[in-house]
Amino acid sequence: MFDFTWSDLWSIDGDMIWLAIRETLRMTLLSALFAYLIAIPLGILLVVTKKGGIYQNRPINIILSSVINIMRSVPFILLAIFVIPLTRQIIGTALGSTAMIVPLTIAATPFIARLIENALLELDKGLIEAAKSMGASRLKIIYKLYLPECLPSIVLTMGISTITILGFTAMAGVLGGGGLGQVAFDFGYARFENAVLVACIIILVLITQIIQGLVFITYRLLNKK
Amino acid sequence: MGKALSVQNLSKEFGGGGEKFTALDNLTFDVKCGEIFGIMGQSGAGKSTLIRCLNMLERPTGGKIIFNDQNIADLGEWHLPKIRAQFGMIFQNFNLLAQRNVLKNIYFPLEVARNKNTETKARARELLELVGLSDKCKAYPRTLSGGQKQRVAIARALVNNPHILLCDEPTSALDSSCSADILNLLKSINEKFNLTIIIITHDQYVANEICDRVAIIEKGKITEIKKIKNRKEAKDV
Repeated sequence: MFDFTWSDLWSIDGDMIWLAIRETLRMTLLSALFAYLIAIPLGILLVVTKKGGIYQNRPINIILSSVINIMRSVPFILLAIFVIPLTRQIIGTALGSTAMIVPLTIAATPFIARLIENALLELDKGLIEAAKSMGASRLKIIYKLYLPECLPSIVLTMGISTITILGFTAMAGVLGGGGLGQVAFDFGYARFENAVLVACIIILVLITQIIQGLVFITYRLLNKK
Repeated sequence: MGKALSVQNLSKEFGGGGEKFTALDNLTFDVKCGEIFGIMGQSGAGKSTLIRCLNMLERPTGGKIIFNDQNIADLGEWHLPKIRAQFGMIFQNFNLLAQRNVLKNIYFPLEVARNKNTETKARARELLELVGLSDKCKAYPRTLSGGQKQRVAIARALVNNPHILLCDEPTSALDSSCSADILNLLKSINEKFNLTIIIITHDQYVANEICDRVAIIEKGKITEIKKIKNRKEAKDV
């Protein structure tokens, strides 16, 4: 029996929740940032080395594509455990929200690389031909054509990817990763304090809506198509 | 009249190994400076492949393309951007950049081309006026009609002062009155700048309307090069 009344919410320690919100947002946004920094070049590489791409190169494309597929098929919680030694190397500890940025970034990067790839593939082949006909070098085609023309679509991927990372942070909480996930787990699961669980869920839903809303507004402002 | 471009024994085959498809079979023709040269044929005849070979968007598998006393068919990938920048090209589907406004579309070749002839942005505005769209300089392509898009594409193709303008079915996506406008614009550009224009089309009307000479291409071969009633001589008389 799920024992909960709405008035229980007022008895929750507000400072604890506020700290957890800040931890969650910090690890989500920093992981997203690092993942995008790595994933954008990878996404570009996937597109340009494809058959018919401007730097067509089958071996590179197949290797990169396979590595991404393999990494994407490892469930986040197992990946997070698997990379603990690496996390210790980089951060000095495997616990807490800062440490979780390492597995979160590693898990999100291949996923985002695929999203970037799809966004870039939307570019009309005719535009690449037109740019070539003007004398554009291949490098210029990437940063003067692909990236600016696909920028709105790339921004749109930020909604899905940030929300996915937010979901990962909840799992990270179970591994001592801090944030709302850990608060929900420690209090809601281990101590049957259902009010804390409900509060965390409500906050995560709100964060998701806000991220989605901001991303969509940015997309609408940027897109001229 | 000098030659703007000389094509000698040009061939293009697709598909290595087992099955080969010959798209262009040993074509030879010259394009004179300042003329409007048409290439006409049914779809699948090889005219799209041909026009893409002329600025090396497609690499021919045999023959020569002599442009400015140089066989450009021999050049490595690294040299091609510089050569291509000396051609302007317009397309059936206009190929405007959706995220750039009209003026910035016309700037685009200035930003990407490695070309000594690169002109200033003032030239972009002049060209926009020439194609009659000065009032649309801040508009985005999505808000333009087909005919307007093609006018922007023409201005963009001219901004680098090309020696030759290549037109790939420029009016096929337009209705007949828009087509006539675009053909008139091309004609006036040809006269004003003495610019050589090569235009491919499947449409007899287009060929008759603006071309000085037309090459008929069938199954990758030129079957005939005929003179259309010569506009220029008629005008000079």
